[in-house]
Amino acid sequence: MKFKKASISKVVTYLVLSLWALTTIYPFIWVILNSFRQKGLIMSDSFSLPLGEAFTWDNYLTAFERADFKNAYLNSFVISGTVTVVVVILAGLAAYGMVRYQFKGKGLLYSLIMAGMMFPVFSTIIPVFRLEAVMGIAGTGNRFLSLLAVILPQIAGNLCFSIIILMGFIQSVPIDLEESAYLDGCNVFGIYFHIIIPAAKSSFATVAIFTFLWSYNDLFTQSFFLRYPQERAITGLLNEISSQAGVNYGLMAASVVLVVIPVLVVYVMLQKHIIKGLTAGAIKG
Amino acid sequence: MNSMIYKRKSPLLIFLIPAFLFLLVFLYYPFVQNIINTFLKIGGLGRRAEGFNEPWYENYARLFTDPYMRVAFKNTLLLTVCTVVFQVGIALILALLVDTIRVGAQFFRTVYFFPIVISATALGLMFNLIFLYKGGMVNQLLLSLGALETKTMPSGRVVVTWLDWKDQAHFLFTMFLPVMWQYVGFYFVILVTGLNNIPQELYEAADLDGATGWTRTRYITLPMLRNVLITCLILAITGSLKVFDLPWVMFGAGIPENMGWLTGTYMYDQTFNKMNVDYGSTIAVLIVVLGVILSNVSNRVFRRSEDL
Repeated sequence: MKFKKASISKVVTYLVLSLWALTTIYPFIWVILNSFRQKGLIMSDSFSLPLGEAFTWDNYLTAFERADFKNAYLNSFVISGTVTVVVVILAGLAAYGMVRYQFKGKGLLYSLIMAGMMFPVFSTIIPVFRLEAVMGIAGTGNRFLSLLAVILPQIAGNLCFSIIILMGFIQSVPIDLEESAYLDGCNVFGIYFHIIIPAAKSSFATVAIFTFLWSYNDLFTQSFFLRYPQERAITGLLNEISSQAGVNYGLMAASVVLVVIPVLVVYVMLQKHIIKGLTAGAIKG
Repeated sequence: MNSMIYKRKSPLLIFLIPAFLFLLVFLYYPFVQNIINTFLKIGGLGRRAEGFNEPWYENYARLFTDPYMRVAFKNTLLLTVCTVVFQVGIALILALLVDTIRVGAQFFRTVYFFPIVISATALGLMFNLIFLYKGGMVNQLLLSLGALETKTMPSGRVVVTWLDWKDQAHFLFTMFLPVMWQYVGFYFVILVTGLNNIPQELYEAADLDGATGWTRTRYITLPMLRNVLITCLILAITGSLKVFDLPWVMFGAGIPENMGWLTGTYMYDQTFNKMNVDYGSTIAVLIVVLGVILSNVSNRVFRRSEDL
């Protein structure tokens, strides 16, 4: 009897999980399928396999013809890679300090971080633009300065979220480990690198994934600072293609696939890292 | 947390200063500037201010009298409630379920995150096609189930009364569904990571005491997840207050008939389309104030329930 009950709950578990998985996978398949479909057929028949007459490479050829994808990929990786590395380093240090130290003004700093998460990017972007123009970073026409102009506000915009997430996890690391390391002669920085980072490895990877994605998909900041063609990053390129494509949904779909693939690769790579970090698990908790 | 390790405060400066310096220059200073802008008269994006408003609090007074602002406020609060209940709720259920299985767990973890990977422009286009008036996926499905009214004309032609998913009766559903669906995976990943951080020994001890299934979840998993859950809750509240891209791609400016505004889309429209930069800044301030209030309230509520 017990065995039967257990297997029914297993079936229900897998059923529920698979249903949700269907809603998250299908749209992606839908976009890929339609990127290989003749452009006129998408509105009338977007749900079948694009076989025979309906199949075409044209959408991809048009996409490459119309846009400089190589350059845009490079720009995007410079921006999002830098933002991710800097955010993970700074947020980790700040979260550790915020969790483990008792000091005056801690409550205030915490509220500041919370508030920082709520600032909509369109409320800070105009003052940031003016500030960076004064500093000689924004609006110079120099490619690398323009990329830097996007990188700086994106770092600030992702820090608060990352600090909050990392604080949540560092709080659950048992302090006994740190105390025994301290008795063994480890100083605070040693404790941070040898105890906290390994224990919260998966959380660091999680923060890195989110930061990279938000930076990569953040059309708004990109379109504000990257005005010249050679500066354009990948999401800005997608937006440009889609605004020119009109009802050419095939071209749209192909560009979406080209934009999504690098992100998926990065995500799947870091995902593996998360699992490795957990199963290697010197510490669980 | 009163360990002797952390009695000496000087390393704290090295931990905190780099991050807060960044925040100060590129987040707090611009936001303070934004607050100052709410009192000024600014005619356009690149323009200098033309002195103060008359009276200086004009924009704040306008928040209370602007009927569209009231619409945006109501819709956004509703979205916040739906987000907290469904987004975090579904994510929690899925995370707890995934935690009980071995085979395929990795697969589900990976695919639940897909909607977040795909950019809002692409998702907006996709949902527009799914909810399309004539011949969209949902409407074709309803038609094949016989849920739509059809009339056969004398000429033999069949006329279908398609369901308009963006009309006044349905737009909230059509607007909220994609937003909530997209970020379930986000909270799921955070919760699963939190579940993995729960020490295995606790479960082993529970097994010895004979606790299984729901009892185990209720008395070990959920309390151990409390911090992570509060984090999710706050992220859901603040996130829903500034939701912008998907509704903007799908609905644009307040469709249908100025009933579809959210605080995020209304602010963007005022700032960048209507060029009311100072009024847009005021809405941004309101979004932040609301977020601080709501997340403080939820923080209090959760802390208290733990003390009981």
